[in-house]
Amino acid sequence: MLSFLIRRLGQSMLVMLAVALLAFSMFRFVGDPVTNMLSQDASVEEREQLRDSLGLSEPLYVQFSTFVVQAAQGDFGISYRNQRPVSELIAERMPATLELVAVAFIISLLVGVPMGVYSALKSHSWLSHVFQTLSLVGISLPTFVTGILLILTFSVTLNWLPSFGRGEVVNIGWWSTGLLTASGLKSLILPGIMLGLFQVTLIMRLVRAEMMEVLRTDYIRFARARGLSNRAVNFGHALKNTLMPVITIIGLQLGAMIAFAIITETVFQWPGMGFLFIQAVSFVDIPVMSAYLLLVSLIFVVINIIVDMLYFLLDPRLCADRGTANSH
Amino acid sequence: MNNNKTDGGTDSGALLDVKDLRIEFPTRRGILTAIDGVSLRLNSGEILGVVGESGAGKSLTGTAITGLLERPGRIAGGEIHFNGQRIDNLPAEAMRKLRGKQIGSIFQDPLTSLNPLYSVGRQLIETIRTHTDLTPRQARARAIEMLTQVGIPAPEQRIDQYPHQFSGGMRQRVVIALALCVNPKLVIADEPTTALDVSVQAQIIELLKQLCREHGSAVMLVTHDMGVIAETCDRVAVMYAGRLVEVGPVQEVVKQARHPYTRGLMGSIPKLGDEVEHLVQIDGAMPRLSHIPKGCAFNPRCPYATARCREEKPEFAQAGQGEVACWLWDGVNPATDPDTLFAEVSQAQRAKKQMNAVRPAPKTSVQNCGQEV
Repeated sequence: MLSFLIRRLGQSMLVMLAVALLAFSMFRFVGDPVTNMLSQDASVEEREQLRDSLGLSEPLYVQFSTFVVQAAQGDFGISYRNQRPVSELIAERMPATLELVAVAFIISLLVGVPMGVYSALKSHSWLSHVFQTLSLVGISLPTFVTGILLILTFSVTLNWLPSFGRGEVVNIGWWSTGLLTASGLKSLILPGIMLGLFQVTLIMRLVRAEMMEVLRTDYIRFARARGLSNRAVNFGHALKNTLMPVITIIGLQLGAMIAFAIITETVFQWPGMGFLFIQAVSFVDIPVMSAYLLLVSLIFVVINIIVDMLYFLLDPRLCADRGTANSH
Repeated sequence: MNNNKTDGGTDSGALLDVKDLRIEFPTRRGILTAIDGVSLRLNSGEILGVVGESGAGKSLTGTAITGLLERPGRIAGGEIHFNGQRIDNLPAEAMRKLRGKQIGSIFQDPLTSLNPLYSVGRQLIETIRTHTDLTPRQARARAIEMLTQVGIPAPEQRIDQYPHQFSGGMRQRVVIALALCVNPKLVIADEPTTALDVSVQAQIIELLKQLCREHGSAVMLVTHDMGVIAETCDRVAVMYAGRLVEVGPVQEVVKQARHPYTRGLMGSIPKLGDEVEHLVQIDGAMPRLSHIPKGCAFNPRCPYATARCREEKPEFAQAGQGEVACWLWDGVNPATDPDTLFAEVSQAQRAKKQMNAVRPAPKTSVQNCGQEV
């Protein structure tokens, strides 16, 4: 398992290097940063001076290695727009995004998994058909539409929940949390639902399909033939086998939720990383964009490694250490 | 082995009594009858073999007895009595308590019968504790004892291992341990050796036989391996297209089969040492459930079929020590030696053919051509 982990870490480093190259090349190909930073009537000397001070006159490979070394230390340079270190900006915005994603993720698991299990176990009941139909709607409706519909219903018409922002936040060290105030919690509900809705339908459909597959297997039929209770068969034997492939998808979806919270954050004016990214795009603020790209890739890579480790914990077949020198 | 138990002709005392079982599958194109009027009786401690081609309904009968018929299949008629109690209409929870405890099951493929995510011991202990009041510690001791009984070396260590760490034969031993761990009165073994290596098959069958004798369990052994039947069973039931065609003591069915289908089945077993170019087979294939012929289901493939076989469904009748469903035996002394009977029938057929060769055949027989080769 250790060798596997080391190999996996090595692969991850390569992935991150490749992404770093992409992030780095953005500086080169999305216009000249010097032109963006200085006013129209800046002189050639001023331009050259800035170019030198930014290290842009060095050869490419030197620039790249400096970029990688600095990025590894969390230094992504200075935002063109805000004139502040990018790492500071991201650290400021990260808690908002992570809290939003956590809420959406918990919603999607708490709702999606039981719905999937139910509609697999009682596949012919009317409620399962309702779930199936709803999930079709949820999967095909674009998230920004659901977000706007939510705002229309709960903020504009009913006036129950706020339509934008995080509400009041409390600072715990550098982490600003909306989980401790009533307005903060209320503000989390609508964007949480919007971001989680697609995941709910996806997880529900996935769990349902996997579980129906598992319920047809011999070991489930054999477990029933041994007279085990329905509860033991369905939740002890079938569910665990169902969750094996589901974990992979859920893990990747978690990454996707962090990366693509952009839309939700835009709809709800949520002061998170996605919102920061959208602003960066409109101002061609390349340091922010490349840092965001690197961060999202890092999140994906880390989640992937965690998923692989979970497999080792759950599936005894992968754990060669536990085996003896027998039969295989 | 088949000295004390012959055909249980009495109504009382049978451990398992299946009466006129009928299983249907409603489909869009109408109702398919997968099991049609099957009656079986099994005494305690007895080993009954159930043979037939794939799709004859052998496994389905076993599944119906354990109450694990999957939708949309349903028992449409008949009764199943177990240990004096009617079980085909029991509520799900009562049936569940019977499964495993009173009726154990062994499935065909040991590689897929065990949950890959749980250790062998966990699965054994779980089964034992579902059906008994043993503490976890006692259940574990019982599990180790069962593993010892099924011949797994070093059971104290292997109990904590996972199914993938066992070979196919070893896994089937574990499955047998699981089926027998709470001493069921009946074990339904559905092709327990089909998925195994030939060299392991004999060991597993021997183990099953020995353990069932020790535990006093009766066995319903579903298989299409005639060798296994001949060596293991007390009685044999032969199934064809969802119907029972012949039941009798194993020696009679194997050596002196009374139904043309059973004769075909026995005749198709290749014998070691015989040099043959072609393997003997029964011409044609078993009918699909949606196209079961009228009369005797076997008539299109039967070399002895007559007009009556194509019209009327044969009833089960006493023949020798067993029973057979075939019109050839209608009005014949049940004690008649089958070989003599079939010799006579063939001779009569040949004579008729010669007559037809002299006179041009009437038009009606054209429709039946291909039946008598």
